[in-house]
Amino acid sequence: MVQIINTLDAPPEVGRESAVPVNKAENRSLYASREAIHPRAAHGRFRRFKWAMVLILLGIYYVAPWLRWTRPGDAPDQAILIDMANRRFYFFFIEIWPQEFYYVAGLLIMAGVGLFLVTSLFGRAWCGYACPQTVWTDLFIWVESKIEGDRNARIRLDAAPWSASKLSKRAIKMLIWLLIAIATGGFWVFYFADAPTLFHELITGQAPSVAYFTIAILTATTFTFAGFMREQVCTYMCPWPRIQGAMLDEESLIVTYNAWRGEPRHSGLKKAEAQGLKAGDCVDCNACVAVCPMGIDIRDGNQLECINCALCIDACDAVMDKIGKPRGLINYTTAGLYAANVAGKNRHWNWRHLIRPRTIIYFTAWAGVGLAMLFTLIHRTQLDVNVVPDRNPLFVTLSDGAIRNGYTVKILNKRQEARTFRLSVHDLPGATMEMVGGAGARGTSFDIPVDADRLKAVKIYVWTSDPAVIAKEHSTFAFKIEELKPKGDAPPESRTYDAIFHGPEREE
Amino acid sequence: MAIQTEKDDVSGTATTGHSWDGIRELNTPLPRWWLYTFYGCVIWAIGYTILYPAWPLPGGATQGILGWSSRGQFAQQMQAAAAAQKDTVDRIAAMSLPDIMKDPKLLAYAQAGGAAAFKVNCVQCHGAGAAGGKGYPNLNDDDWLWGGSPEAIYTTLRHGIRYTDDPNTRDSQMPSFGIDGILTPEQIDQVANHVLALSGETADAGKAEAGKQIFAENCAACHGEDGKGNREFGAPNLTDRLWLYGGGIDNIKAQIVKPSMGVMPGWTKRLDDATIKELAIYVHSLGGGEAPVTQ
Repeated sequence: MVQIINTLDAPPEVGRESAVPVNKAENRSLYASREAIHPRAAHGRFRRFKWAMVLILLGIYYVAPWLRWTRPGDAPDQAILIDMANRRFYFFFIEIWPQEFYYVAGLLIMAGVGLFLVTSLFGRAWCGYACPQTVWTDLFIWVESKIEGDRNARIRLDAAPWSASKLSKRAIKMLIWLLIAIATGGFWVFYFADAPTLFHELITGQAPSVAYFTIAILTATTFTFAGFMREQVCTYMCPWPRIQGAMLDEESLIVTYNAWRGEPRHSGLKKAEAQGLKAGDCVDCNACVAVCPMGIDIRDGNQLECINCALCIDACDAVMDKIGKPRGLINYTTAGLYAANVAGKNRHWNWRHLIRPRTIIYFTAWAGVGLAMLFTLIHRTQLDVNVVPDRNPLFVTLSDGAIRNGYTVKILNKRQEARTFRLSVHDLPGATMEMVGGAGARGTSFDIPVDADRLKAVKIYVWTSDPAVIAKEHSTFAFKIEELKPKGDAPPESRTYDAIFHGPEREE
Repeated sequence: MAIQTEKDDVSGTATTGHSWDGIRELNTPLPRWWLYTFYGCVIWAIGYTILYPAWPLPGGATQGILGWSSRGQFAQQMQAAAAAQKDTVDRIAAMSLPDIMKDPKLLAYAQAGGAAAFKVNCVQCHGAGAAGGKGYPNLNDDDWLWGGSPEAIYTTLRHGIRYTDDPNTRDSQMPSFGIDGILTPEQIDQVANHVLALSGETADAGKAEAGKQIFAENCAACHGEDGKGNREFGAPNLTDRLWLYGGGIDNIKAQIVKPSMGVMPGWTKRLDDATIKELAIYVHSLGGGEAPVTQ
């Protein structure tokens, strides 16, 4: 499929030089400037849906950090808070410790599998409606159109020489963009600290420098990505459009130009019909091209730039209404249905296309992770215990021949109230314990107070001179941690932790 | 010769002329901003190499006009850390060991600080887990040559053991009973058997009985009539199960013939008083620590 355009077939009588310009323009431009895309404002159900998504998603983003949620004790009263300094994550009634990071991992798995599911069902719905790049670009283009006008006015303004009017329009537009960008970065930091306090600190210049730095970076990226980079972020920078190729199949709904209905296209439909030419429904009005934020022609088929925002469907439907043809020349359909229609079968999409092995597997995996997380969340305890044995030395021989092992016992009190726990040693004959910092007290149990929402680590020494234990290289026993006098009606929590007692290595 | 420019039918873009298995590469221009990003990186790199140490030269590298160095940054961070800890360290320096150990926060700080100092200064002899080895005492157990109270450990740390640079060092000498001819080999065998019997281990009963008298005349002055040792002289308790230079008749005899005696430096020249206190508290907390002298 290669056409040779410059050959040696010159007539011999002219004596053609075999010269090729070294600096031929075609060979010179190694870099291409971006051609600005000025999408025309679309009107229709998908545009309305996109506006709704913009409002909902931006609403969540800007409102969420300001929601309050009263918690007992010293715990913060912000509903959603990622408290890096104290290593806690708060989400309404849920409080996550770093030890429970698997919840975050689970959420990320759900987000990943959820994306697979949505993509195999509805194509790049994420790209078209929910991606921050799409949402903020929509917002920026809306601002642009309010100040500079719609597509044609913007193209004219672009081409016009610099003037006071052009300068002021551009300046106002960028100022508003900048304010939106600052608000974007500005609200991000509120998820990481008490929002009202941080807001006050930010405007009085008292906030930590990392807050200003974060705002500056997010302001710069928002301003550049939504204002200038736009579709290039999706086409060149984002990996998801590449991955989605593997997620789509012939049953996925994708924005499709139904060429079997539209072709051959004629701009003068009536004239063509009068001449007896075969004519499709496409009137070649280019409305679908004008509204496309990615600057593509959907009639070329499914392509990697297409974010499936369906604005071309809105544009085409409006034209079909005008010329009295049925809607849906461009619509959401599947590659399978498209092929069937091309083959002359009249097939339509129905909901059964949603249910197929692939989507069932994705949904099962997604729901399984979600249910497992819900289950562990409901059954999780407010007391956790970790016992770390001393590894160096494994054991110590005492002057009377007894063997001693050391353990660091970590008690995690996840409740927002101070509690006392009784630590005792079980199943180790002759065992005596001593706690570092316990003023030398010895015994088989200690009462350990733990502050609200805190971890307490205590160093425990356990020794025994029981010949049966000392004779063994290692014996198993248990630490038991029981809550004393719980407040209210809550049943006392307790944990048993199996541990190993090391003795001297015995030669066989 | 002619240069042929091929154009791809579908895209209308020229090809590079390269072909792999029939697949031809399009000569699609890079986005312009990509080029600007590259220029931006070049400018950044030039600025960076002027500001920061960068170019290797014989005998060093360019220093950069900011004067930044990783050592300097480290020193700064250490200073900042020291400044942040100053209050705590000052309190530790001013307070007595038992008082420090009564304050849970100071105790935790001293244990952590002592553990860090131990890893730098002490592990060479006493081992990373302070379990020692032959000739180097295990600091985890409850057998102390010079005392296991926090104060005794603190004194040992300050002045060392048989440390010639400190007149107040802990010092004692055990005579070389064998090579100096104080005892005959037969007597040494007998007294060694007696020492073995003191800690309840299997010994030749006849020799041990004969060694009893030799022990009383030669050894009891330091190790005590009952062999339980004397911390005034760092004389080990011979009745327990722990042997610094190894148990068994041969090791005991070797120690009587020509005793090994450990040396430990005093740390006042190298460590400040607060650090030595932290070390004392850390070692005391390893499990064998004895009650403070003044409660």
